Amino acid sequence: MSESQGRLLGWREIPIGGIVQEPGNTAKNDMSAWRTFKPVIDQEKCVRCRLCWIFCPDAAIIEVEGEYRTKSGRVYKVSYHVDYQHCKGCGICANECPVKAIKMVEEVR
Amino acid sequence: MAAQEAKLVERKAKRLALTGNYAVAYAVKSCDVDVVAAYPITPQSPIVEKISEFIANEELDAEMVHVESEHSALSAVVGAVAFGARAFTATSSQGLEFMHEILFIASGLRLPVVMAIANRALSAPLNIWNDYSDVMSARDAGWITIFNETAQEAHDAVVMAYRIAEDPRVLIPTIITLDGYILSHTVEPVEVIEREEALKFAPKRPRGYRPVLDPDKPITMGVVGTPEYYYEIKYQLIHAMRESVKVIDEVFSDFCKTFGRCYERVEPYRMDDAEYVLISMGATFGEVRAAVDKLRREGVKAGGLKIKVFRPFPADLLEKYIGGGNVKAVGVLDRAVTVGGATEGPVFNEVATALALRGIRLPMVSFVHGLGGRDIFADDVVKMFKILMEHASRGESARRTYFIGVRE
Repeated sequence: MSESQGRLLGWREIPIGGIVQEPGNTAKNDMSAWRTFKPVIDQEKCVRCRLCWIFCPDAAIIEVEGEYRTKSGRVYKVSYHVDYQHCKGCGICANECPVKAIKMVEEVR
Repeated sequence: MAAQEAKLVERKAKRLALTGNYAVAYAVKSCDVDVVAAYPITPQSPIVEKISEFIANEELDAEMVHVESEHSALSAVVGAVAFGARAFTATSSQGLEFMHEILFIASGLRLPVVMAIANRALSAPLNIWNDYSDVMSARDAGWITIFNETAQEAHDAVVMAYRIAEDPRVLIPTIITLDGYILSHTVEPVEVIEREEALKFAPKRPRGYRPVLDPDKPITMGVVGTPEYYYEIKYQLIHAMRESVKVIDEVFSDFCKTFGRCYERVEPYRMDDAEYVLISMGATFGEVRAAVDKLRREGVKAGGLKIKVFRPFPADLLEKYIGGGNVKAVGVLDRAVTVGGATEGPVFNEVATALALRGIRLPMVSFVHGLGGRDIFADDVVKMFKILMEHASRGESARRTYFIGVRE
């Protein structure tokens, strides 16, 4: 099921019995409104251990390739970022981070 | 068109002496079902026992799934039909109750399952005999529901049910009923519809004519319907159920032309000039016929209406038969109760609503009888007609249900 140009589909347009004809289309859903707090990753503190990526129940931590040089001179080949469309703000990543590089920041709307 | 007015169709039909249960099993065989899943329960068990025999004898090429419960039986059938198979299950009473949540899933997913229910009272007290309390508890589950008066009707209903349920304009699961013991275990001559005839009348459609589970073209069934979508998806079923009336009428009419046995969603019995009308369903209607005949010999203009298709409810045909101006009073004989309802007769409540909404204002009386297999005799029905006539003479409906035959 999906929206058509921002409009919710009527009963005649929805596939029979609410089947999903396009597998995986929940990826299009925007879950950002579920959050009260959002995780913010401090790239300087982050040691690229990947634990947040492993623990995230919604696969909302994204591994991005690319060189990052910290102020203290350490060089990493990847960085971790948050997919804010799918992050529900559960805070598991912040809880698991061994170097406290993830802060939960209140959403201001 | 009533059965007795049926146009004779030239065909060489094989007649067998069959119980209602076996009549259903033979029809399932002729429809060439692919999957059967069921759990034994009296009085339904001989249906699936016979089907097992057909499979073991290689008369039917189907998968028999032995499950540990009725909940699993209907779930297995839901899965098979979701995959595109033609599937069948049968149950009674407690078994239907155990299937209850899956009933709504089958209709919500729009899967054309066909199920036979050999009607049996619900426990407690534990009882294995006939009444309609089992199928009445499924009345809101969104299934097309066809009641049958004879083993022949039950046999025919299976073949018609597959064609109705699988029609792309319908795609609604369908229940066919047969009264426990009264039909399920008594033997009648039944004209058996052979496999070629059944498959010509209700052909198996090419896989993929409706959405099915297919690894090569994956879809998701059974999604979460959030508040933004649930209402619309439920409305699809409501609309399809309303529209199914056309298909049911079409299928009944084609069945009449093909096999010479004609059915109507509501069947009238001596209704042409009837003043006092009693409505009933299933094999119970046999007693109504007998009572009507008895009263007609006494000069009382009695008539009967048999609701054959209970879902979708045939309000249009009740209006047609009752709204003509002759009828002075209408009674409904329920063989189930809705305890604490507006009246205790579940069918009565629907008939009263249907007539009131169509501006038909007549004295109406709700009767209940025959719970837990208590025999209903023609004289009991005559007594109901007499009560109905009293109400007609006073011009008053009965505010409360009459419980006929209950001991003080």
